[in-house]
Amino acid sequence: MPVSTSSAVERFDHKARESFESVGHTTVYRGELLRHPVYTRVLHWMVALFFFLALFTGFAIYLPWLFRWFTPFFGGGPLSRVMHPWFGVGFLFFFGLQALNWFQPMIWTAADSRWMRDMKKIISGEAKMDPPDTGFFNAGQKVQFWEIVGGCVAYLITGIILWVGARTFGRIAVAISYVVHDISALIMLGGIFIHIYESTFGQPGTFQSMIRGAVSEAWAWTFHPAWYKQVTGRDPQQACEEAHRQMTTGSKP
Amino acid sequence: MPETRWNFWNLIKFNEHQNPDGTIQWLMRKDQCMHCADPGCLHACPADGAIVKYANGIVDFNQENCIGCEFCVSGCPFNIPRFNPETKRVYKCTLCSDRVGEGLEPACIKACPTGCLKFGTKDDMKFIAEGRAKQLRDNFGWQNAGVYDPQSVGGTHVIYVLHDATDPERYGNLPSNPQIPWSYTVWKWLFKPVLGTFALFGFLGVIFHYVTSGPRRTQPEPPAKDGANASINL
Repeated sequence: MPVSTSSAVERFDHKARESFESVGHTTVYRGELLRHPVYTRVLHWMVALFFFLALFTGFAIYLPWLFRWFTPFFGGGPLSRVMHPWFGVGFLFFFGLQALNWFQPMIWTAADSRWMRDMKKIISGEAKMDPPDTGFFNAGQKVQFWEIVGGCVAYLITGIILWVGARTFGRIAVAISYVVHDISALIMLGGIFIHIYESTFGQPGTFQSMIRGAVSEAWAWTFHPAWYKQVTGRDPQQACEEAHRQMTTGSKP
Repeated sequence: MPETRWNFWNLIKFNEHQNPDGTIQWLMRKDQCMHCADPGCLHACPADGAIVKYANGIVDFNQENCIGCEFCVSGCPFNIPRFNPETKRVYKCTLCSDRVGEGLEPACIKACPTGCLKFGTKDDMKFIAEGRAKQLRDNFGWQNAGVYDPQSVGGTHVIYVLHDATDPERYGNLPSNPQIPWSYTVWKWLFKPVLGTFALFGFLGVIFHYVTSGPRRTQPEPPAKDGANASINL
């Protein structure tokens, strides 16, 4: 199957590679590839920080009878409510930067539609490696990214209505916004479980890409073969088979 | 038009209403919390114990449980609850719940010099109000005189005798059919806990996946212990 990568993705990858030393430092050891430069990693963890601050203060507003034990961490119920929109502003700000940063590699391609059709095989582990045309981001990551983009638009519109209040926007606008805001939060809550799982326990070796910024070549050819081919110029399947031969015969590379 | 405020719970609204025949009416209404039997503020409130409906019909706010989300402001069809930006909590008329608890009448009733305001059980008040409305119809020619006790919120524990019960809006935007948005009834009491539980199933889902399918490891995997080679399956 031909490997397809858009030139936009190549430009993104090249730019990240070129400028990553200017913002911080990433050590890429032999046998590894640069996955996420410092700027991307800082944005990711700022988004994560504000996401969880907004989530936990949001729980206190969503179901206080179940989650009121969250509120003392934020100085009580009223203060949680006061800070929640500001955490949301932080979340939107940093995710907005991340969305600009990742806009090009997140563009949907035909390979992603094929990935979605094969999703059952990939999730069940029946397919040991991702399809050969899986690029820098796979379709699952792209779905989550665009869900968050859509969710942020919903948060922004409904959040402003809820923040300013019924006395400006009217009772019905607030009543509708509150449901839309909740639904958006529930979708993201469900998504965050999958996101954390896939990046830690679900696919070992993934978490270091957001901590150190580098991944092993084996990780790259297993989960993002087209990206591996693009940055190394080697065929992912051949590289995997070669590593397998070395492993079974015990010979050193 | 002046409005009630967080520390100003009782407002006499004055409307000069022009009738179709050119005559005018000076309409006064005491604007305050209506103490609904089915309160919109209580449906809207996410914080348990912040809004309480007592057995005697009084709807009261317990500020120590209030989180200041102001959902009650949008839940109230009478535009009554008011946010205090300093304490970050919401306030409204308590119908002097503390006085009533001690067997006294609310302060506004006590202060009224003309007997225009009366206080008692709902049955007694309905009886007096209906009698007064009948008087208006029979003796004064107000054909549409009646009692304002809207059933769309289960009736209220503050009721009015109006010259024209068919058009309460003329008394300073008193709604003829006060409504509570469905999102505050269906969403809050049913979908919120149910969908919240579903979202938590996501957590159980990934644990279930880890236990049943296990993680997807980088390829090639090390040989299995019995000597058989791990398979490569692209």
